[in-house]
Formats: sequence, C-alpha cells, structure tokens
Amino acid sequence: MDFTQVLQYCLAGITVGSVYAIVAIGFNIIYSATGIINFAQGEFLIVGAMTAVSLHHYMPLPMAVLLAVAITAVLGGLVELVFIRRVRDASVLRLIVITIGVSILLREGMLHVWDEQVRGLPYFTGTSLSTIGLMGARISPQVLWVLGVCTVIVTALTLFFKLTLTGRAMRACADDRMAARLCGIKDSRMVTLSFMLSAAIGALAGCVISPLTQTQYDMGAPLAIKGFTVAILGGLGNSMAAVVAGLLLGLLETLAVSQLPVAYKEVVSIVVLLLVLIFRPSGLFARRETSALRA
Amino acid sequence: MNKHLRMYGPVIAAAVAVVVLQLALSASHAPYYMTQVTMSVYYALVVLGLCLLMGYAGQASLGHAGFFAVGGYTAAVMTTCNLNAYRDAALIGWCRSVGLLIEKQDLYGHPMLCFSPWPACITALVLTGLVALLIGVPVIRLKGHYLAMATLGFGLIIHRIVQGAQVFGQADGISNVPPFQLFGDLEVNGRAAFRVQNYYIAWTVALVALVLAINLVHSRVGRALRSIHENEEAAHSLGVNTYRYKLATFVLSALFAAMGGILLTHYNGSIGPSEVSVMKSVRYVAIVAVGGMANLWGAMLMGVLLSFLSLRGVFGTYDDLVFGAILIVMMLFASEGLLRMPNWRALRARLQGKPHG
Amino acid sequence: MAETLLETRNLNRYFGGLHAVKNVSFAVTRGMIKAVIGPNGAGKTTLFNLVAGSIPPNGGQVLFRGRSITAWKPHAVAAQGIARTFQTTKLFPHMTVLENVMMGRHPRTRSGFIAGMLNLPHTWREERQVRSKAMEILADLNLTEYARETAANLSFGRQRLVEFARALATEPQILLLDEPAAGLNIYETQALSRLILRIRDRGITCLVVEHDMSLVMSISDDVVVLDQGAKIAEGPPRAIQRDPEVIRVYLGDDHAAAGKS
Repeated sequence: MDFTQVLQYCLAGITVGSVYAIVAIGFNIIYSATGIINFAQGEFLIVGAMTAVSLHHYMPLPMAVLLAVAITAVLGGLVELVFIRRVRDASVLRLIVITIGVSILLREGMLHVWDEQVRGLPYFTGTSLSTIGLMGARISPQVLWVLGVCTVIVTALTLFFKLTLTGRAMRACADDRMAARLCGIKDSRMVTLSFMLSAAIGALAGCVISPLTQTQYDMGAPLAIKGFTVAILGGLGNSMAAVVAGLLLGLLETLAVSQLPVAYKEVVSIVVLLLVLIFRPSGLFARRETSALRA
Repeated sequence: MNKHLRMYGPVIAAAVAVVVLQLALSASHAPYYMTQVTMSVYYALVVLGLCLLMGYAGQASLGHAGFFAVGGYTAAVMTTCNLNAYRDAALIGWCRSVGLLIEKQDLYGHPMLCFSPWPACITALVLTGLVALLIGVPVIRLKGHYLAMATLGFGLIIHRIVQGAQVFGQADGISNVPPFQLFGDLEVNGRAAFRVQNYYIAWTVALVALVLAINLVHSRVGRALRSIHENEEAAHSLGVNTYRYKLATFVLSALFAAMGGILLTHYNGSIGPSEVSVMKSVRYVAIVAVGGMANLWGAMLMGVLLSFLSLRGVFGTYDDLVFGAILIVMMLFASEGLLRMPNWRALRARLQGKPHG
Repeated sequence: MAETLLETRNLNRYFGGLHAVKNVSFAVTRGMIKAVIGPNGAGKTTLFNLVAGSIPPNGGQVLFRGRSITAWKPHAVAAQGIARTFQTTKLFPHMTVLENVMMGRHPRTRSGFIAGMLNLPHTWREERQVRSKAMEILADLNLTEYARETAANLSFGRQRLVEFARALATEPQILLLDEPAAGLNIYETQALSRLILRIRDRGITCLVVEHDMSLVMSISDDVVVLDQGAKIAEGPPRAIQRDPEVIRVYLGDDHAAAGKS
C-alpha cells in the first residue's frame, strides 16, 4: 500500500475510532458514578441519530440535532429513574441483567417506531460526493465534523469535570459517595445526571457519524461492545485513556479490514476485548492495583 | 431418606406428568405439538445449565447460545463432512478401522465417509469444555461484569464465524444431519413416525440432567456454591476455593448447553446461525430469571413453557421484546423468580392460618 | 514444649503512601490466648488480614507451624486449620443457622462435583456426619432451638455466636477473632470471655484483635500492642498495663510520666 492509501485508512480508522471513544467515555461516566456497566450505551447513539432524522423533516438540521440530543438525554435520565434507581444496592448480576433488558427494550422500541429501514442524516456540510483533499488523501467533510465534534465533546467534558461545581460534585460522588453526601451533594441526582450526560454525548456522536455509516435500529449492540472494549483497553473510568484506546481500536479495525474479508470486521474488536480481558484487564494505562477488578 | 424423598419425589411426579402429557397430545387433534415440546425440552437443557451458573455460582453468561452452537455445529460438521477423499490417509484409516466412521451414500449415489454420531457427540462435548476453560480461566477471577462481557463477545464471535465460514454453511447452516443412533433401535430423529419415541428420549435426557443438577445442589458442592453466592468472602475463609468452583460450574453449564445443541441438531436434522444470535443468549438469561435464579424446577418449567410459546409463535413479532421486558420486570420486582415471590409464601402461610415471620 | 503455632516476621504493608504495618514480628504459642490491641488506626485489622490471607504483605513472612503461609489465599489458609471470624458478621443470610454451621465443615470434608452429581453412597455418610457435628456444636453454644431459623432473622448477638459456631466447625488449630466483643454489652462480653476460655481449654489457640480492655485483660495470656503500625510492647497483661509507652499511647504523655514515678 502506498502512502496515500495508508493515510486514507488511517483517517477512516481515526474517524470511527473517535466515535468508539465517545461510547467508551459514556461507559466511563456511568461506571465512575455507579459502578455499573451500562449495556444500553450503544442504543443512545442510535436513538439520537434516528430521532434527529425524524425531526429533520420538520426543522433545519442543527435544530434537529440539538433537540435530538436533548430528547435522548431526557431518555437517559428516565432510564435511570425507572430502572436503575430502585436497584442500586442490588447484586452485580441483577444490574447486568437489567441493563441488558433496557438495551433490548430500547432496540425493540426503535424497531417498532422506525422499522428496519436504514436511515441517515444528511451530510452536515456538502453532500455525499464532496471531498476534501488532505495530503493526497480524499476525505468527506463529514470526517472533519466527526473529529471536530468528538474533540469538542472531550474538551468540554474535561472542563466540565474540572471547573464547574456540578462536574466536581459528580467526581466527588464517584470517588466516595458517602463523603459526597456528607458534603450536601445529592448523590441520586448525580447518578441521574451521569446517565443523562452519557446519553447526550452518545446521541451527539450518533448524529455526527450517521451520514457516513447510515443508521439502523440494531447497530447499538455492536457499538456497545466496541465502546466497552475501548473502555477496558484504556482502563475503566479513565476517559483520557479511552480517547487514545478508541483511536487505537479504530485504526486496528480499519487496517484489519483492509486485509481480511469484511465479514470478520467485528471479530477484530471482540478478539481485542478477549485478549485484554485475558492478559491485561486493568487496561493498557493501568495505574491502580488490579485488585479493584477482582471478584 | 427423608431428604432423598424430598429431592426425587417431584422428579417422579414430573415423569408421571410427562407421560400424561404425551397421552393427551397423542389423543388430541394436534399431535405435532409433541414435536415442538420435544424441541423446547432441548432448549430447556441449556436453561438448566445456565440456572446452575447464574443462580448458584452467581455468574452471568451472555453467550450461552455460543456453547449451544459449538456443540451443535461440531456434531453437524463431523457427521456431514465427507472424508471420502482422504479415506486412505493415516488418521482416517485408523478411524475407519476403529469404527468411528460410517459409509453411506449422498443424494447422487456417490460414496460418503462421515463420522458416526457418537464420536461426533463426544468430540463436541470435549471441544465445548476446552472452549469454556479457555474463556473461564482468565476471566472468572475478575468481577462479574467481565465474564458477562467476555461471554457476550464469545457468543458474537461464534455467530460471526458460523455466518462467515464456508465449512459451517454460512447463512444456510448445515442440513442433512443424520439421526443419532443411541442404543439399539433408539434414535434421535425428526421423523413423524418416531415422534413419541423422540419425545420420551428428550424428556429422559432432560430429567436425567435435572436429577444430576438436583443432586449437585443438595451436595457439599452445592452448599459451597450457595455460600459463594451469599457471601463470597466468608466462603473463601471457610476453605472454599471460590475461583475453582465458579470455573467448574461455568464449564458444567457450557456442557449442558452443548448437549442441548447436539441433540437438537440431530433432531431437527440441521442447524443454522439463528441459533447463535445474541438474542438467543439473552433469551436463555431471561428464562432463568423468570424461573427463579436459583430454582432448578422453575428453570426447567419455564424453559419448556416459554420456548414452546415462542416456537408456536404466540409472541409474534414482539418475541424479542417480550423476553426483554421479562428480564427487566423480573429483575426489578421478583428476582427470586415467579415461583418464589415472597408474597406467595406469605399468602400461603396466611391461607393456612399460620403466623408468618 | 510450647510449640510456636503462628508467627509473623517483619511483616510490612503499605497502602499507597501509608505504612500501615511496620515490621511487626510476634509469635503465638500453642494453647495460649494472645491479644492484639492498640488505639484506632494502629493497624490491627490490617495485621489480622495479612495473617488470614485476605491481603498480601509487601514484605515479611507469616509462618504456621514453621511453614511459610505468607500471601496464601484465604481458602488455603483455612485448609491449614486456621479459622477466622469477621469484624462485621458475615453469615450466609438466606441459609439456615444449621446450614451456616454445616458450611464450617467444608475444609474437613471432601466430596466433589462428580460424587455430588451422582449422589454416590459415600457422600451420604459424610453428609450425616457433617449434620451431626454441626448440631453438636450448636448444642454446645446453646443455639439448638435456632437451627432451622434463617440466619438473617437472628439477633445481632446470636448471629455473632453462629459465626463462632461456624468457625469452630472447621476444627481449627488456631482461631483468629476480629473484634469479637464489638457491639456487645457488658453481660454479653462476659459470656464471650467464658466462651473463649472454654475454647482454649479444648485445645484451640486464639488470637484476638480487640478494643475492649476488660475482655483482653481478663482472658489473655499475652498481649501485643500496636501503635501506628508498629509493635510498641509485648508481654503478659499486667506488664502491658504498667508499660509507660502503652500508657502514653492510650492516655497521653502526662499519665505516662505519672506512671513512671
């Protein structure tokens, strides 16, 4: 492969990898706040994109996207209120099963609202045919949108958690819930907020990638797996590492697809997942003791 | 002795019920229901194994359909794959002489050389055990979420592999799987004439598996498993090697699933990728939840019932949704399962006029 | 012929920057009741967990009957004949009292998966023995009437007792007690003292981590005092009571000075 081709693949890898990173960050936010792995994370992306597609019939694209993000955020909050709040002290097993159930409900709900048709948002700028030249490679302007939006999300989140009171309150909650409560922080509200935040960034990422990959009701589960893989690869709870890990997985997947038959595309991320679980479950950038992971 | 009566009494009762059911179905206008019950029983075998894993060892597996597939597909491949071209190769020659292979003819009268069902079955089980160990050994020492994800990933990989690889028939799966000759004239096949025989074969296998599970649960090991589920740290301090027990239960549950897969494949004469979807795995989990996480009878009953209803198409296009909803409702309100909801015990006590603690 | 049953040598444990256990060495001879005391944060529970195998040390050794059991996992430690109780009672809540105590027989029995699944006859005898031994121990502790009761339904004091029974069921050589008197009133504490003495008289050595001075002083043969992770004194209870370092750590410098003169 010559340089241009490699560059092309790399850009494709980074594009899809940044979406995986956002899913992983969504996982991390909820995991940090509650210790739960939210199996329904992937569905938030799809719900966001589908909602935006429908809303776009009635309003300009930017409004549709923003409204879709807001709606999905509310959905995330509802999920927490209805399903998770009652059972916060339940065993790991119960929580896993609940989030699986939620992901199924969301997926089946989407199937009945939007049927199996593949839909996609229109390109944010330009059309499906427009390209931009970058050092010999040709990419769609949407790629820049994806990279841009993901960078903005990551930066905004970092600032949010570091500088705002609410953000710091969420971090406090994640660190030591009892202590946070003693400081007057309403931990239940923080948990709901974490779900809403995860849902919102998921929806945004879903919207921005929709023109490129198109959206179908059942794309949530594979996204969740990949997002989880990235989260584990970077180390659960470590969002900075998730970004790096996401790009890494995206690159790995795209380069593998260039060599293997397309049917095996998903096998790559699952193999990575299994390898990480087997050899380095605390992630590539592990800092803390692995004993936190032990049963 | 009293203990044994309590353990096996219900099994005898169940056996009687099975016979009664058969007579009723045979006499009714829809004897083909029996076929679907038979299929449901094999699915219930998977549920039984999963119940042991989830209810007693407290581990979640979201890829049990994968083990079903490893069992079923291995048996299918070995009994349909024509080794005639290699008949003189050393290994194959040895297999022939030992009687592991069967000579037959395909649709066009050409000679075929395939494995007979028994060696295929044994190989499938051994393979399943190895795969379960491969996944379990590194992952079971981690927290519950990790095993759930790892098994989910495992299920997905198996799904992709059987969909993508030629040897597994890709989207069409494998058909023309021969009947499984058990002993003498007993055969697992799907022919209408043998409907009753197969009904009893399935139920016998299931009840034997159930008895094994009941025995296990009431034994020292069963007690240890329950203790792990109730308070793992305390169990650990009492000399229970929690890791090894969880691993063993995981492998055991995988073997149950594979057995179901093998037998159902021979019964249907085929197997396809739809048996391996994520939804299938989730469905098994939902059924265990409804039956009661640690309730073997509930798992068995619900396994047969819900599979039967699903096969009959009672849930229509909402099939997946129903199981998803079941999962959530069960987890939120009745995690002990329908047959053990605390209110029922209180209700029963009140009806009997006893004070309820 | 006092055999050293349990021994620690230069045991060390860090938690990040905190040096929780600093070079602690002591020995427990067979047949004695040894207490480990110290103000809050002294590292008693950490030391306890290091011995019991719940956490691995960063340095040093733990020896049982001369053999190193350093960093052994809890189940392996239990198999050696070392039983423990927990600071917050860890019973199996949905199992009956009898079943809880029967679990205590686990390290002394052997039926495995295959024997269990096939319900082989030799397991029947083992089960009967497990059950009768458990009933014996319950009777010994006056808990027979609660045998069929669900463990979670018992009062706090009785739950403590059941945990004791369970630990005794393992037929240990040494019993590690983690703050057994915590939450007990004065009468219950006295009953506890009598119980521990009775256990010792049966030949079971005891290592007790405790706050309650009356318990410690009345039953211990030997006492180890920890402060901020380090051992500051070791000896019979009377000597410890008069040790100026100990007094200083518990009551402050003035009292220590007063004690000296």
